[in-house]
Amino acid sequence: MLQGKKVICIGERDGVPAPAIAECIRTAGAQPVLALTQCFV
Amino acid sequence: MGYPVVKGVSYVLAHTPDLVRYGSKPVREIPKEPDLLEKIKSHLRSYEDAVAYPAHQAFIGAIRPESLWEIEQPWFQHPLEGAQRFGPFGEIMPQSEFYGLMKVVDEFDLVQLDENFSAKVRPALENHPLFKDEDLERLGTGVPLQQLQKEIAGGALPIYENAELVGCFLNGHDEDENLNAAILMENLACKASGVLALRHLLTSFGPGPAAIDYVMNCGEEGVGDRYQRGAGNLAKAMAEKAGCVNCSGADIKAFCCAPVHTMVLAASLVQAGVFKEVAVVGGGALAKLGMKMRGHLAKSIPIMEDVLGAFAVVVGQDDGLNPRIRLDVVGKHEVAASSSQQAIMESLVFKPLDRVGLKITDIEKYATEMHNPEITEPAGSGNTPRGNYRMIGGLAVMHKLLTPGDLDHFVHTHGMPGFSPTQGHIPSALPFLGHARNRMLKGDLRNAMFLGKGSLFLAKMTKLSDGMSFILERNGG
Repeated sequence: MLQGKKVICIGERDGVPAPAIAECIRTAGAQPVLALTQCFV
Repeated sequence: MGYPVVKGVSYVLAHTPDLVRYGSKPVREIPKEPDLLEKIKSHLRSYEDAVAYPAHQAFIGAIRPESLWEIEQPWFQHPLEGAQRFGPFGEIMPQSEFYGLMKVVDEFDLVQLDENFSAKVRPALENHPLFKDEDLERLGTGVPLQQLQKEIAGGALPIYENAELVGCFLNGHDEDENLNAAILMENLACKASGVLALRHLLTSFGPGPAAIDYVMNCGEEGVGDRYQRGAGNLAKAMAEKAGCVNCSGADIKAFCCAPVHTMVLAASLVQAGVFKEVAVVGGGALAKLGMKMRGHLAKSIPIMEDVLGAFAVVVGQDDGLNPRIRLDVVGKHEVAASSSQQAIMESLVFKPLDRVGLKITDIEKYATEMHNPEITEPAGSGNTPRGNYRMIGGLAVMHKLLTPGDLDHFVHTHGMPGFSPTQGHIPSALPFLGHARNRMLKGDLRNAMFLGKGSLFLAKMTKLSDGMSFILERNGG
């Protein structure tokens, strides 16, 4: 599903941070074009 | 082997509903929506409601944090009967007195108070056990209303009590945005609340202000000017107004994780023999007032980010009585570690415990980010402490110490509900330190782990996050 796709990764500090999302989508053949983590507290 | 001990902990709240408009979120949103300020004002709490709010009473030590589980939510609809302003750890100061306190700790006449308002505040501060004659002298007699209006027309920020103009905050420099009234107000609010926490601490616990060798501030305010933004040493500024005449100090910057870093550093200075008595202090974050107000307004509930929080701790040499900071079980989130929650918890919880042969389940209480979920959930930000407890429990499952079915029980027995205002560094683990110390002195608690996390990526200098942990344990056991 993600093969060859470009992905914007928005993560959360106390949930799943962006670098972790980026790492996952790379293994599925996608390319992270932006990876940002936010803090909601 | 002896370890440094926690000799005392204080916590204070200042109820400042009329400063909510100067929080970062309201400042950005109010210009976009003409009637927003009125909406905000109509959702602010009274001082009595803020005092009776159960989470605030847990913060100042009047009730156990776990007792919040027994109070029906929303807690703001179930005020605590008989709630008092003063608690075992400190107090909830009303806004008018806090304005007076800001004036008292203001060295540059930035705060101008109306003469009638000053006359009203004076007797309240005279009756406050922590204010002295020299403070009342610094409060002064105020200025005429016309002068306030003139200063506001020239760019000063108005200060209100309900609908009444009672003062203003002056700009500190004509050109330097780091010294404008808004930033200086944030910094002075942090200083004032930190001073109040230090005064409570050094009056109720420990060796007295003159015996403090070093003060370390872990607040996040960037005190400085155009050439040294964030240069700091608010610690020494706070120490001066708390009577710590024999100390120096410094600020420790590490986002919300700074309190845990600072505790470890303070304990290390004591352990190394550099200093005997070190005070750690964190002042309130004015920028975070009203941060989640959009969620609160949308659900027609009170804006609960209407208080500034502050704490102070004395760390001293082992006295055989007070609980000890185990410097051999410090956890840190390494640069090379992944930023996944699992990796962070491995670094902060599992690794340090494993080093000394302890298991996750050997720690009786964990203090994580203690944000009050009643503030964060209406804004869609979830329940931060519960998420962290489930992550620690999940780690225990991975290490085959628990089964997945044990998770809820783990959260209930090793955790607690969030009870701290969302004041950045203030909720970070240390809100439980005073409770833990009391329980350990009574023999009701053997040990507790304090772990904080910092969002370094927000400053755009790295994509890393951060974390640090330490263990407090009962002395002699």
